[in-house]
Amino acid sequence: MSPRGGRPTSTRSHSRVRPPLLRVAVAAILAVSVAACSAPNNSSTSETEGVALAQSPPGAPARFAFGKPADSALVALWARDVRPDGAGLPPGKGSASQGKGVYLAHCAMCHGPTGTEGPAPPLVGGDAWGKGGPPKLQTIGSYWPYATTLFDYIPRAMPQNAPGSLTADETYAVIAWLLASNGIVSTDAVLDASTLPAVRMPARDRFVRDNRRGGPEIR
Amino acid sequence: MRDRGLSRRAWLAATSGAVAAGLVKTRFDAIDLLAQQAPMPFPPALGRMVSQLGTRAPDEQPRRLTGPPVPSSQSYTPLHLLDGIITPADLHYERHHGGVPAITAADYQLLIHGMVERPTVFRLADLKRFPAVSRLFFLECSGNGGPGYNPNAAKDLTPQQMDGLLSTSEWTGVPLATLLREVGVRPGASWLLAEGNDSAHMDRSIPMEKALDDAIVAYAQNGEAIRPEQGYPARLFLPGWEGNTNIKWIRRIEVTDQPTMTREETSKYTDPLDNGTARQFSFVMDAKSIVTFPTYPWVLPERGWWEIRGLAWSGRGRITRVDVSTDGGRTWAPAELQRPVLPKCTVRFRHLWNWSGADSVIMSRAVDETGYTQPTYSQLAAARGPRTFYHANNIRPWKIARDGAVTFALGETL
Repeated sequence: MSPRGGRPTSTRSHSRVRPPLLRVAVAAILAVSVAACSAPNNSSTSETEGVALAQSPPGAPARFAFGKPADSALVALWARDVRPDGAGLPPGKGSASQGKGVYLAHCAMCHGPTGTEGPAPPLVGGDAWGKGGPPKLQTIGSYWPYATTLFDYIPRAMPQNAPGSLTADETYAVIAWLLASNGIVSTDAVLDASTLPAVRMPARDRFVRDNRRGGPEIR
Repeated sequence: MRDRGLSRRAWLAATSGAVAAGLVKTRFDAIDLLAQQAPMPFPPALGRMVSQLGTRAPDEQPRRLTGPPVPSSQSYTPLHLLDGIITPADLHYERHHGGVPAITAADYQLLIHGMVERPTVFRLADLKRFPAVSRLFFLECSGNGGPGYNPNAAKDLTPQQMDGLLSTSEWTGVPLATLLREVGVRPGASWLLAEGNDSAHMDRSIPMEKALDDAIVAYAQNGEAIRPEQGYPARLFLPGWEGNTNIKWIRRIEVTDQPTMTREETSKYTDPLDNGTARQFSFVMDAKSIVTFPTYPWVLPERGWWEIRGLAWSGRGRITRVDVSTDGGRTWAPAELQRPVLPKCTVRFRHLWNWSGADSVIMSRAVDETGYTQPTYSQLAAARGPRTFYHANNIRPWKIARDGAVTFALGETL
């Protein structure tokens, strides 16, 4: 079974502030898609359009009822993603000092003894920003905007020779060590489902939405 | 210093099948061809019988160019050896973050859950039973062209090395909108999380608008089942969007009200700018064109008529024109566009050129239906700074020297 077990669905109901415009846009698209589902479908332009794939073919039912209802155990087993508000984080905890042992046993062989040596990408230190100059170093400390991303990523992909093999406690611990090594939490920090989302990453406010829109302006 | 091994491999690939291609690739070939032209031999006897599986002509063996042999690596399509727009499936570029998983059709499941009325598991046969769509689309890695966004770029770069993370296929599958109607999206949902079944469990957050627009869960490519390297049994396909969002081996779609902020969409596939910020969720691949002939490693054996050939595409819709310059960008002439010109798909362009034999710099420039014009390196660097890496769609100039040798010439034309 999953080392992290199931996840209460209540943790998924956090609502975040979204721009009202986006809400309206999504509602409009959903409405259009529902309308397209039931309205007579004139798809004479689809041959040249190449888009408008959201429309159902003429005569399609509202639902086909193919597939099977998802087993809740399957959802619990597969849905291990973790979000910035902490949704998806499992029970457990770990300290930076415990994490050093986890790191040396499972990570250092590729990332180096202090997370800077490689050959795998460096995890500690560096400067990701500043104008011009040589290529910048994008590490957890210099570039990652959310600490929770570590708990989304490590259980799904690391260590590369045995992804998902760390327990929840080991994962919290190794994250604590990585953050402490980057000077973001203290060396005696203990991380769990409530303290990890509260960690403020140095690069948190650096990220902006893509402003390219086509048209004449080069961005 | 470029890797001589790679260049040599590319050269050898280019020189095979010179006569069959109707073009001469080396000075030695040209000398042979001009010196003596033996008549084509008659077939000595009956030819081969029918077979279950076709093979390429022995002289025609294009190959992908492979990156480092590690789980997170890539291979490049030999663009300078292909005609038309369709990429043979076995030459489609690869980019994997945890190797190619072996998944059987019988084992395959796609779970859609989260903010939906009916969490559902679809098997491959379920996906194939829904009304299907087939569309021609390009797919391009966001890092494609990175080697060409460098004023000090090597001169012996091939289009394969520089822009070979681009391929075009006919993709067949079920619209994601169909599947979302099937499970019933709840009000307030605005994002999806798409997750692959590779060892990296590659995941990206996708806005609901795209999912309901033209996204496909694809299971076929160029008429056959998607190949393992392309996501067998099924992958997400997001027309016009950077390759890594087109999650391969897709196993799970979670409907949410926020982006998950995964590693790939925060620490990796983002674009640091010179002003101390980084552009995030930079999904769309902007308009771009590349010359595929004549480029390095081709050599023009003589002056006279040559057809400049290339590809153009835009993630925002149709290409409306491609201009070609043969004088280093001082003057431009419109190229012929091979019809049909499809949205979010490559188009082949061609321009007939009578080469005088003088040193010349050729280049192409695409315009798409939004009015966007493919920028020069200087324009792009002014907008983003020189050290951004992804989405490098700047114009690629090639120099044809008096001896017919063609080299990448970005550094000479800035």
